[in-house]
Amino acid sequence: MAEAKTSDVKNILLVGVGGQGTILVSQLLSRGLYEAGYDVKMSEVHGMSQRGGSVSTQVRYGAKVFSPIIGKGEADILVSFETMEALRWLDYLKPSGSVVVNDHQIPSAPILNGAVDYPQHVLETLQAKVQTTVIQATDIARALGNVKAMNIVLFGALVKGMKLTDIHWQDLIRQNVKANFVDLNIKAFQAGLEI
Amino acid sequence: MKKLLTGNEAVVQGAYEAGVTFAAGYPGTPSTEILENIAPLKDVIVAEWAPNEKVALESVIGASYMGARALATMKVVGLNVAADPLFSVCYSGVNGGLVIINADDPGLHSSQDEQDNRYYAKMAKAALLEPSDSQESKDMVLAGFEISEQFDVPVIIRVTTRTCHSKSLVEIGERKERELKPYQKKPMNYNLMPAHSKQLRVIAEERMRKLEEFSNTTSMNYIEWNNKQIGVIASGISFQYAKEVFGTQASYLKLGFTHPLPEQKIKEFAAQVERLYIIEETEPYIEEKVKQLGIPCIGKEKIPNIGELNPSIIAKVLLGEEKPLIQYDASVVAGRPPVLCAGCPHRGFFYELAKVKNVFLSGDIGCYALGGANPFKSFDWSLCMGSSISIAHGAQQTLKQNKSEQRVIAFIGDSTFMHTGVNSLLDIVFNKSNVITCILDNRITGMTGHQENPASGYTLRGEKTRAVNIEELVKAIGIQHVKVINPLQLDQIKEALAWALEINEASVIITRWPCVLKRMTEDDQAEFNIGKAQCRVDEETCIGCKQCIKTGCPALVFDKEQKKVKIDDSQCNGCEVCLQVCPVSAITKVGE
Repeated sequence: MAEAKTSDVKNILLVGVGGQGTILVSQLLSRGLYEAGYDVKMSEVHGMSQRGGSVSTQVRYGAKVFSPIIGKGEADILVSFETMEALRWLDYLKPSGSVVVNDHQIPSAPILNGAVDYPQHVLETLQAKVQTTVIQATDIARALGNVKAMNIVLFGALVKGMKLTDIHWQDLIRQNVKANFVDLNIKAFQAGLEI
Repeated sequence: MKKLLTGNEAVVQGAYEAGVTFAAGYPGTPSTEILENIAPLKDVIVAEWAPNEKVALESVIGASYMGARALATMKVVGLNVAADPLFSVCYSGVNGGLVIINADDPGLHSSQDEQDNRYYAKMAKAALLEPSDSQESKDMVLAGFEISEQFDVPVIIRVTTRTCHSKSLVEIGERKERELKPYQKKPMNYNLMPAHSKQLRVIAEERMRKLEEFSNTTSMNYIEWNNKQIGVIASGISFQYAKEVFGTQASYLKLGFTHPLPEQKIKEFAAQVERLYIIEETEPYIEEKVKQLGIPCIGKEKIPNIGELNPSIIAKVLLGEEKPLIQYDASVVAGRPPVLCAGCPHRGFFYELAKVKNVFLSGDIGCYALGGANPFKSFDWSLCMGSSISIAHGAQQTLKQNKSEQRVIAFIGDSTFMHTGVNSLLDIVFNKSNVITCILDNRITGMTGHQENPASGYTLRGEKTRAVNIEELVKAIGIQHVKVINPLQLDQIKEALAWALEINEASVIITRWPCVLKRMTEDDQAEFNIGKAQCRVDEETCIGCKQCIKTGCPALVFDKEQKKVKIDDSQCNGCEVCLQVCPVSAITKVGE
């Protein structure tokens, strides 16, 4: 096991909509970071997420981690699996932090029933405020054969964004996803890394 | 070997290593995954969902009396239901170790109140432990059983949403099998008559004195000396937040064993620090003790007792430090509230119920609480588990007494009806009420993520069991007017409600259809004939009236530009509720 590389704790915030696969990504991430020698804490909020609510998962790693949760203005990277959710959680990001955002809109109930509109120019707002990487993760995953692998495309982009490429992520993916989906997920991960 | 575990998984590992052989509970966020993860250990632990928390704790007490190590699990408000046996077992004492995992929910992520259950330990005279991460969650279960057997006392472990649902590293150990402790008849202890209880009361006080000595010496309450200008006393997750904020700039008295509190250790620590902060989530439980000892300290005058804490709050209120934030207009972000799923069998019921005028609607705890939100807004109140029927009863009696003809309709899910609703229905019959009770039977405990209950036909361990027949049960209680309907058929709901309103006696309407997210059993397949067909909108026919949108189905999307409704095929389950409300028959079923 490698020695812990830094005493600075890094904060990763994953956000999206219930059912988008944020938890699998945070589990892969936590396990890889632990095996690389970091202390790791991960926190998720359950509850009503299965019913289409906004979800967030938080991963913190470093030489020694105390709090499992990330406060406002503390995240080093915000990975948003849905476009509008990036804006909902933007105040959790450090002003010097970066955003990885999936260009994919999931309208919420008030939008579906016509009470309010999906916000305009979300990507432009993000780009104007912080370093932002926009990814067509859903389209990439669809082209690879399964829309659901969108989360692993974003995982690849996250690993690149946090400069964590020297961890053996492909091995972890092989160990933790069903055999039928290994090839798909490895390709999705590579696609994310190459963005 | 270390593993990354949630606090809930760590509790399971602790129970396994401690040699627990019986565990029972009732589902409730954030505690649910504990029993779910004990269930697969069926070779060594009997794990059961009970109808409610009182029954769970009582069965755990029975296992303890028989000499087994036994574990009860429940969410914060579940201990209110189990409070009766809790107080008594603190008098009777235990035989095999007895530990209660009680999951508080600061921040109200999924509970109806934010009570601080540490006060239960104080009031009932139980021992209390508060882990601050997953390793401690495991270690304290092991310690809890030792303490329970050594001091003849039930042990409450207060976990919280953040410890339950956060992962951190845990050292994995081996299970130690234990022989059952021999049972001895102890009528003085186990038979709580007043003459006995007078003596047990004295014993309980003596036990508390011994436990306080233990509290002063246990390594679960430890001091970490650093800079002595600031001293922090903290327990549970708040300790981690304090360490995050102060690092080595403060000394700490970390409290893991928090009832009884260690007076000597608190005095020793306080005497050596210049400024003392008490950092704890929700109520000033520790602070009250410190102040009672005459020690000046800063606690809830600065740190909020409302909501969850986090490092940012502590840094702001104690150090005046705030992180710079990105400034932007967050008001454009649309809300994303939880909604009844596409295909939810409750949807049609609420759609029709919302049309019934001049009635009071009495709600309950479960997914159907979403019936109180947009677009239905269809009830007057919803208080606590099982309360819909009894509150409806009191309201109906009051209306009657005041010569009002208005009716009260109660609605409750199958699991909540089994939990405590059935008691309330007895009251309806016994006291000659005319409340209309609707039991929304979706064949499972839905909101907490699909746990079996006495009406669902399977046990926690996946064994087939006799399912309570709700229709026969309510008839046996004495309800004379009972209808069982399919809630996907709007005309059936409409007719049933009209039928019940015509009868000036108590009636029960049972809506029977499985939760759309449920893993269907063979019995479900045979009974409900669930197909794969979906609904589609013929855009030529759609007039954009948005009548279907009023069902609140998340699979329906209103296209503002084209003024037409579309159906998201990744969500539609073909329940046909939208099809039935469309005035121009623009919606059809495809793929049948």
